[in-house]
Amino acid sequence: MLELKSIQSGYGETQVLYGLSLEAKAGRVLAILGRNGAGKSTTLKTIMGLLPLKSGEIVYEGKPIATRPFDIAQAGIAYVPETRDIFPSLSVRENLEIAAKRFGRAGADWTMERVLGLFPRLGERLDNGGTQLSGGEQQMLSIARALLMNPRLLILDEPTEGLAPIIVKLIHDKLKELKEAGLSMILVEQNFGFATSLADDVVVVGKGQVVWTGSAADIRANEDVQHEWLGV
Amino acid sequence: MSLDLGFWALQGLNALQLSMLLFLLSIGLTVIFGLMHFVNLAHGSLYALGAYFAATLAGFGGYWAGFFLAPVAVAGVGVLLYSGLIRRMRKSGPMAQVLVTFGLIFAMLDLTRLFWGDLALAIEVPEVLGGRVALLGIEYPTYRLFIIALGLAIFAALAFVLGRTQIGAMIRAGVDNDAMAACLGINVERLFFIVFCVGCALAGLAGAVAAPLLSVTPDMGLQILIPTLIVIVIGGLGSLKGAIAGSLIFGFVQTFGAVLAPQLASVLIYALLAAVLVVKPVGLFPAKG
Repeated sequence: MLELKSIQSGYGETQVLYGLSLEAKAGRVLAILGRNGAGKSTTLKTIMGLLPLKSGEIVYEGKPIATRPFDIAQAGIAYVPETRDIFPSLSVRENLEIAAKRFGRAGADWTMERVLGLFPRLGERLDNGGTQLSGGEQQMLSIARALLMNPRLLILDEPTEGLAPIIVKLIHDKLKELKEAGLSMILVEQNFGFATSLADDVVVVGKGQVVWTGSAADIRANEDVQHEWLGV
Repeated sequence: MSLDLGFWALQGLNALQLSMLLFLLSIGLTVIFGLMHFVNLAHGSLYALGAYFAATLAGFGGYWAGFFLAPVAVAGVGVLLYSGLIRRMRKSGPMAQVLVTFGLIFAMLDLTRLFWGDLALAIEVPEVLGGRVALLGIEYPTYRLFIIALGLAIFAALAFVLGRTQIGAMIRAGVDNDAMAACLGINVERLFFIVFCVGCALAGLAGAVAAPLLSVTPDMGLQILIPTLIVIVIGGLGSLKGAIAGSLIFGFVQTFGAVLAPQLASVLIYALLAAVLVVKPVGLFPAKG
């Protein structure tokens, strides 16, 4: 579904990715693991067009991916950033509608009712300002907003970071539901247990390259890789 | 000078009228800056252009021809500016943008001189707005009341569009975080173009309504630029609330300063600007809290 072929990217003069290659398959969850600074978030930002691709190729559904974030979103890739990026000037309802009204066409899978069914907590806070929410609620809102784009591929950057265990569990269960419904996902995550319980496939990134590829079951059993590249 | 109710009413209305003119200018500039971090110092030149267009059009079709067509014509100039210059400079950083748009002020200044000459043009107030109205114990020019009403109406319309409509929510989202807005499939670039054109039209409208009050001269755009920038800095970047608050503060301080403390009037607004910058460096109501 999405293939990165030897990509190089980074922030300005600072290069972070040195020829990174990976493939996310349709209907599966790919977890990208690695230590801080390995290049996981940079990979996601490059996919979304937020960082320029310096060399290499990104192929999405058989064609080179668009370069502008707006076109990439239109092509069916939704992004839940590490910082959640709820719009502070918009109410919870507006944060959702901004995605819903553009992508929630008649017959669409994800509607306002359905995401509020998935996260009932948001339904109680529709008229609150975006920044009046707790960290967990902001994460739910960020995921709900992404789902309203009715994406074919959902990209999540550290969805559990800074959240209480009970919320981590809730996010886990909701993402599991989405996976079982057949949604393709790419997940960057520091929480090893969380990531490997959701993922089908795993790549481990170190120093801007993929250093290990395998299944979630493989990496759970492989303590050497865990120790060397993840510090687990 | 008698400081009775009539005095306060008269100066209060004068202040309000100046505020509304500044509001029409600053709202476009501040939202353009908030949305795209683009500094367009030539915004004042568009105001001057609006006044010239209005004066010329008034010669053919009367005041109302200028009133309605000058903003459209200025928006047309905005389209040319955008596609010829600004789109290319979006990523070139504030220093280059300031230099180029500052240079544009002088280019536009000389172009207006070339087309309209150096002499000040005058434009007649239309008959229906020509008289005076008895209000709060004074006789106040109807035309100035018209400017106040127009400013308030535009403020209400923009508050509705920005606060209650889908495109308004998209603009606010773009001001908050343009990268995330783009990741949600919003064409921020096109949004910017629309906002830019509306901002140009409002600057043109401000010029058209100011034309009968002031004489239309080539440097009127330069004269209004500093007050407009002060309004934006006091009010805070990118927000409607900031633009109206900054305009009212400027209008009242300037007007009452000039009559109550004439010897201080020229420094008063700068002192206030400095005070705001010390207490709240981001301005009173910035879009990004």
